[in-house]
Parts: sequence; structure tokens; C-alpha cells
Amino acid sequence: MPFIEASDLVKTYTPKGAPVVRALDGLSLQVPQGTVTALLGPNGAGKTTTVKVLTTLISPDSGSAVIDGVDVLADPDRVRRMIGASGQYAAVDENLTGFENLEMVGRLYHLGAKRAKERARELIELFDLVEAQNRVVKGFSGGMRRRIDLAGALVINPPVLFLDEPTTGLDPRSRLALWDVIESLVSEGTTVLLTTQYLEEADRLADSISVIDEGRVIAEGTADELKASVGGQRVALTLVDADETETVRGILQRHGTGEAVPSNESKTWVVPVDDGPTALSRIVGEVTAAGISLHDAGMRRPTLDDVFLQLTGHAAEDAAENEKGAA
Amino acid sequence: MSTVGASGMPGASGGVGASRASATLQPEPGTAIGRFLSDGWIATRRNLMKIIRVPDILVFTLLQPIMFVLLFTYVFGAAIDVPGGYTSFLMAGIFAQTVVFGSTYSGSAMAQDLKDGIIDRFRTLPMNGAAVLVGRTNGDLVINGLSMLVMMGTGWLVGWRVESSLGGFLAGVALLLLFAYAFSWLMAFLGMSVRSPEIINNVSFLVLFPLTFISNAFVPTENLPTPLRIFSEWNPVSALVQSARELFGNVPAGTPVGDAWTAQNPILTVLIGIAVLLIVFVPLSIAKFAALGKK
Repeated sequence: MPFIEASDLVKTYTPKGAPVVRALDGLSLQVPQGTVTALLGPNGAGKTTTVKVLTTLISPDSGSAVIDGVDVLADPDRVRRMIGASGQYAAVDENLTGFENLEMVGRLYHLGAKRAKERARELIELFDLVEAQNRVVKGFSGGMRRRIDLAGALVINPPVLFLDEPTTGLDPRSRLALWDVIESLVSEGTTVLLTTQYLEEADRLADSISVIDEGRVIAEGTADELKASVGGQRVALTLVDADETETVRGILQRHGTGEAVPSNESKTWVVPVDDGPTALSRIVGEVTAAGISLHDAGMRRPTLDDVFLQLTGHAAEDAAENEKGAA
Repeated sequence: MSTVGASGMPGASGGVGASRASATLQPEPGTAIGRFLSDGWIATRRNLMKIIRVPDILVFTLLQPIMFVLLFTYVFGAAIDVPGGYTSFLMAGIFAQTVVFGSTYSGSAMAQDLKDGIIDRFRTLPMNGAAVLVGRTNGDLVINGLSMLVMMGTGWLVGWRVESSLGGFLAGVALLLLFAYAFSWLMAFLGMSVRSPEIINNVSFLVLFPLTFISNAFVPTENLPTPLRIFSEWNPVSALVQSARELFGNVPAGTPVGDAWTAQNPILTVLIGIAVLLIVFVPLSIAKFAALGKK
């Protein structure tokens, strides 16, 4: 039996003077105990809304959600005693110190003054915040802020953790450090549902990935399964001059087995092919014959980017840009 | 950052899957009312910390009444002639205006906390939602208490004296603070009803300027144009000011008092006002908070 189970969640909003937005459009999800599931999708896809339903912050219009046998909609108080939430929306108090924030959360879980202090001290040490513990959070760096935020979610050492875009906006070093923490939690048996826009993050952390677009799960499986589902090899070309895009696209389409699509990197185009080496040499031959210069040409295995692209028809990060604020 | 388990089992290596390396921390045994009081105190403490940590709030809260006392005493005081002197007449008005303005902080702070996501953090915790509001309005009460102290000190320096009894003085202070506290609940409700903290500030000024200035706070009202006079007579702030004046003994013979029932029974009027504000806006605010996730 799944530890977290959401079925047919629907949530609509009606912004003033605009058509109804279906933030969740029949979303279903299962997370087995002790595993990490990543919700992957662009901003506005419904990731945060899903997490907000599961953390009791919003009620869906219809559908059901159960965590460890407890009905989230009928018994939110019991759910709150077994979850930890961290992320964009569940903020910490900027005017309190790191220690005070954790102590406050402990008190609000009703651990009592003494245990709340002990636990705050423990978490401060675990998250390497000893030196900063008596400074107000307002002065924290982005990485420290995320750590104190995550620590806040761990105060009762909950069996279930919800992490909403835990590393968005972090520098690579802080991101790696946070990934280590999350992996260590999972190794101790915590069940984690996290949302991310970063394919790399889902690839690294998640046992299972649910790709979300327009309020629905459009694909799920392990990273490898998802990559295998889009199949085959790819040829990627990086142009020197963007003006030559059309010509190159034509050449790629002729030799590929599918649509040539732009990658996230600028001026890079990717096409699925049947026989990698042969296709690559033919494509490079033709491009060279056409007098077009390349920065880079090569074969690559499908990435989660390709998965996303193939499933949704648009790139993850492009969509994120377009829909900023729509979430 | 090796292990993240709870106390008691540091470093215990994990069973992946069904069993966890360490147990979830359970709440201490407690009653619903005990937890509500505890949550209310924690929320209040958080707001008090903010007063200390963000000195602008405190400085502004304390400087503004000092400025008002001095400004009104020396600028308007020269032009307004009332029995017993303008300072004596003015102080109750300044007190009332300041605490009513002070209570608007609940509105902007609620709106800001909602925007910042700290309210969402609270709502993922098993705390009592009403306690968030109790903490918010308690915070205002403390700020208002502090600004009352500062104003009374400033007033004393410019010649204001309590000319009643200790009991009258304490009752006057209590009435001012209680009215402002009740008003905080209205503002907290508005703070949850607007889309941004900026809006609530504008709304506050639109409501509070007429409420405090079209009253007997700064000028005797018997010479006001009729519509304004009627507004002033039925304005609860007028009743509050009149009550404070009476309780502080700042109503020398010859001080004009209106004929309206509210002017004749100011304390009762204020008590009714406080009761109505609390009876309406405490449940409304709590319901609004509980419904935050339903919209």
C-alpha cells in the first residue's frame, strides 16, 4: 500500500476577469514508504498546488488524499503531526534567529519548552549552523536559509517530508550539500515527496519521478525508465551562428527519426536517430558541405530534458520562464 | 550532517523501507485549552521579538505620539480655546488616536505574514489557528501600552495632569487599550481579506483619518457643520475620547459636552462598541483564518 496516495485531485481558481484555471486537473500519485518521489514540471504545472493539498494548506475541489492511512481532508490535524514541510511557501520568520525559529516550531508541535530547545540545538549542529544560530535569519545567505527551512521541517523527525523546490536559487555547492542531507534522511527511512524544475535534481534524488504538466501526471517511472521510454540515441549540434538554424534543422530532420528540437543550451539542436554513429557522420558531413561551422557535435543518451520535451512538447525551463508568476 | 534522526539515537543506521532509524517526536500530553494558551503565547512572543528586532516599528510608534503631543499642544493649542486649557483637553484625544492607529498594525502585519509565507508554515503545524490571531492582537496591545506610557510622560512634561483618582486613571487607560485591542481584531480580519500589505495601509488611512479627526479628539464639536457634528456624536472614537477625559478628570466646568445619548453615556457607548467589535470580529477572523485554504 502506498504511504502517500492522492487520487483524482482537482483544484480550480477563477482569477478576476479571466477564464477558470485548472491548477490540478485529475492528478493522481502514489509514493511508497521510504522512497523519494519527485514531481517534475515547469512553474504553473501544479507541483506546488499538489504539495499544498497534501500538507493541508488548501482543500481540493474534489479528489482524495491519504497519508499513512490518515485522510488529509478529513483529519488535517493528525496529518500535521506526522509531516514536515519546507519550501517556497512555508517560510521561516526573518526576524527570529535560526535557533529561535526551530525552537518556535518545536513549541508549536507541542514538544514542550525543554525538548523544543534540545531538538533545536541538535538540528543547528546537524545543519552546520552553530556559528549563525544566534543571528536573525534576515542576514542569512540563501543556502543557510534553505538549511534552516529544511531543519524546521525536521523538528519532529517526521516520517513524511514535503520539499517544495528545495534547491531553487541555490549555488551548486549549497545544492550538493542539501542533496546529501536529503539522501541521508531517506537512508533512514523517511518518505519524501519533492518538487523540482531541475531534471538533474530529480535524476539524482528520486526513486520515482512523476512528470506533471497542466495539473496532470503525464508520465511516471524511474529516471531510467523515463529515458528509455523516449528511446534511442540522439545527435546534438551546437551552432556558431544562430542565423543558420533553419538549414541545420532541415538536415537534422532528414536524418533523424523524429522532430529536431532546441535544447536548453542556446544554439543547440537535438534530434533522435536510429543508428548513432552513422547518423552523426552523415549529419556532420552535410552540415560541413553546406559551409556551416559548428561549436560542437556529438551523440548523447536521452536526458530527462528530452523526456520532458517529448512528453510536453516544450522545454522545462522555457515553460518556467513563460509562466513565471502563474503558479 | 551525517545523521538527521531524532535525539536518543544519534548515528543509528537506517533500515530503509518500512522501519525507520529513529522515531517521530510525539507531543507532550496536554489539554486543548493548555495547548491553545501555549500556542497563543508562542505567537505573541514571536510578535514581541519583532518589536525588538525591527526597531523602526518601535521608534515610529514612540516618536509619532511625542510629535503629536508637541505639535498639537504648541501649534493648535494657541488657536483653540477650551476651558481648563488645550493640553488638558487634547491628551485624551491624542491617546485615543494613537492607540486606534496602533491597532492597524494587526492588519498590515497579518497581510505581510500571509505574503511572506510564515502563516503557511504555521498552518502546516498542529497549532491552533486562532492562537495566531491572539498573538497578533496581543502584540498590538503591547505596542499600544508602550506608546501610552511614552505619551503620558510627554503629556506630563507639557503640563497634562490626571485630575481624578488612581482608579479613574487606570480605568481610563484600560478602556483605551481595550478599545484598541477590539479594533485590532477588525484590522486583522481586513488584513486577511486584502491581496497585499500595501492595500491594507491605504484602507487604514481612509478609515482612520475621518474616524479620528471627525471626532471630539482635537476640537470641540459643537460648532462643526451639522452632518459632521452628527457623525462625530455617533463616532465611537468621540465616546472613547469623552470617556477618557472624564476618567482622567480632564473635564473642567464649562467643557462642552454634546446632547446626544452617546455623549451623555460615553463609557457605556465605548463598552458597547468594544463588545460589538469583539463579538463580530473575533469569530469572523477565526473563521477567515480557518478558511484560508478554501479559496
